[in-house]
Amino acid sequence: MSLASAAKLEDLLKEVEVIRGQVPVDLNDRIVSSIYDRAESIAHKVVKKEKPVFDWDARLDDILTSRLFGFPSMILLLALVFFITVTGANYPSGILAGLFFRGQEMLTGLCLWLNTPAWVNGLLVEGVYRCLAWVVSVMLPPMAIFFPCFTLLEDMGYLPRVAFNLDNIFKRAGAHGKQSLTMSMGFGCNAAGIIACRIIESPRERLIAMLTNSFVPCNGRFPLLITLAGLLVLGSGPSLGATMIVVGMVVFGIMITLAVSWLLSRTLLKGVPSSFTLELPPYRKPQVGKIIVRSLLDRTMFVLGRAVCVAAPAGVVIWVLANLRVGEMSLLAHAAGWLNPFGQLLGLDGFILMAFLLGLPANEIVLPILIMSYLSTGSMTGLDSLEALHRLFVTGHGWTWLTALCMMLFSLLHYPCATTLWTVYKESGSLKWTALAALIPLCTACAVCSLVAGTARLLGLV
Amino acid sequence: MGLTRQSSGFKTNTVSFLKGVPAKEDLVIALAGNPNTGKSTVFNALTGLNQHTGNWPGKTVLHAEGRYIYQGMVFKLVDLPGTYSLLANSVEEQVAGDYLCFAGPDATVVVVDATCLERNLNLVLQVLEITPRVVVCVNLVDEARRKKIRIDLDLLAQELGVPVVGAAARNGEGLNQLLSAIAGVACRRISTSPHLVRYGGLVENLLAAIDPAIKELFGDHFGSRWLALRLLDGDQAVIAAIREWLGGSKISRVKKGDQRQGGKLRYEPGFCSQAGGPAQRG
Repeated sequence: MSLASAAKLEDLLKEVEVIRGQVPVDLNDRIVSSIYDRAESIAHKVVKKEKPVFDWDARLDDILTSRLFGFPSMILLLALVFFITVTGANYPSGILAGLFFRGQEMLTGLCLWLNTPAWVNGLLVEGVYRCLAWVVSVMLPPMAIFFPCFTLLEDMGYLPRVAFNLDNIFKRAGAHGKQSLTMSMGFGCNAAGIIACRIIESPRERLIAMLTNSFVPCNGRFPLLITLAGLLVLGSGPSLGATMIVVGMVVFGIMITLAVSWLLSRTLLKGVPSSFTLELPPYRKPQVGKIIVRSLLDRTMFVLGRAVCVAAPAGVVIWVLANLRVGEMSLLAHAAGWLNPFGQLLGLDGFILMAFLLGLPANEIVLPILIMSYLSTGSMTGLDSLEALHRLFVTGHGWTWLTALCMMLFSLLHYPCATTLWTVYKESGSLKWTALAALIPLCTACAVCSLVAGTARLLGLV
Repeated sequence: MGLTRQSSGFKTNTVSFLKGVPAKEDLVIALAGNPNTGKSTVFNALTGLNQHTGNWPGKTVLHAEGRYIYQGMVFKLVDLPGTYSLLANSVEEQVAGDYLCFAGPDATVVVVDATCLERNLNLVLQVLEITPRVVVCVNLVDEARRKKIRIDLDLLAQELGVPVVGAAARNGEGLNQLLSAIAGVACRRISTSPHLVRYGGLVENLLAAIDPAIKELFGDHFGSRWLALRLLDGDQAVIAAIREWLGGSKISRVKKGDQRQGGKLRYEPGFCSQAGGPAQRG
């Protein structure tokens, strides 16, 4: 700062000090009321409103945010979205898987024709290609249906209504009402949800929202939940059952969010929730065409692209682990065997835990990795339907309904993906909170899974 | 449009837009407005970018910048957080107010919601106190038509003293007029003379008392009136911002010669005041 301007600033501040005594105490009120008066008079002149038409917004809000119907309509909408997804995703998934495995046979044929060494075929076809094929066929159809549906709700203006409905409960849990908005963003992507936590002003409540954001399933985890839910009710007719299971999972995730928020606000992050005003925006006619294009191009392709990028090396790792032998067993079997006791405690097995460990970079590859590692230890090659998956899991690896349930719970509650953790680090600037963002969900997942598994076994349900 | 590439995944941490255009050549346009009036939609429509838009207030948490070219000139568009006022009641309001005042954009677009104009005008009136170079974009006119609300845009422009453009950014309606109004105001082809709010004898006298000292310090390139009000209000944050502005990075934009001649601070002439002028360039 140049000396001259510094001196002038001091002069100015002194001058302000001198007349401060004359400033009316209600200065701000005067300013605000003058501005409001002027705005009112201008608006009065330029705005012509014809006789009020039927007010759709108010009518809709009467239902969607009412005490009585608010929650049921929320759950109903959620269920509708999942029902469409679960029902619609089944067929394209099967078709895609069929196509990809025909492709695998052709590639293997090509390798044989080229006389390549066996490990080339193994690494590239059984490793990389098969993992990619699984990622695409398991994930693409549910995403392509779920994303546009969810974006539609966002574009219409339903999200703030969700926040309005949930505000009271979040307050009671000692958290900020806006956390319901950041939580909704988490359904799309936990990393985006954590960035969205910036809208919460109080640092205490922002941290609570960040630490609990991963308790709602993100894009990457929905396909796993949907597939396993389908597996659980396989053969029992329409996909209503699967829908109810997924909705149940989401509601359970929200309950855990509230419970952990409550715990945090009474232990690590004590304090009183601050109040805020949330404007309920008008409902807007969504731009359906644009939504479909954008959510397919941007979200679906983005998530899929990320999954493919992570899945290719993961495929290599799995194949190598499954084919490098130490003593009688493969490395994969060793690792899985070592993890197995702990896995059993959680109602899972060693392979599942391995899949979750390897899935840290991106949650979307957990299920494909699991299928890969099961396949690499068995003899089955072609998997083109839910029935085949059922055979692999149940007949091949001794799954029960408890295994599927615990895997869904673990996926719902365990640590977020590496990207999300990195985002937490960037946002909080602290390794401690980043570590907690991984440890709190992990401990919750372990506690819930072992509790469920233990109870089920104790009651002899399995 | 829901989550996009920029707003989800790893890129949330590294948002950056078109690079490689030399920054000093750009005309800087700030985009202000109440929450949920469609600022991000206008932003996307003008820049062709796909910032995350969504129908809920407070959605824009990332500081978004984008560039577009119009009539051969490069415009840098800065999306400010949505606020209801600039009275520094919250971080967003402070950020938006300080940006308009100290970053000195060449033009400011205030996006207002046609369906609730009155409430939105409060912000417009406050922005006018900071900078006269304002274009008011009355967005969501399609929504207003549906609700049988009619707005006399010409009369509004007369009342405010700045250009007013009606738009429905989602459908691209009115964007051409908006682009040309922005270019006109930023290059001072369109002169604006905002009608400022009067606060009554007492306050006006006080403002008049410190006005010379403020003019002395800042010249008259930005809103001395808003600064004066903040100072009278005893806003410590604004004093800190003044100190930073006087000593900080912006000093590099000040002509050295001017500093020597009695310390008058002035921005370097913008792109369009260079020889030839923009109209001829276009």
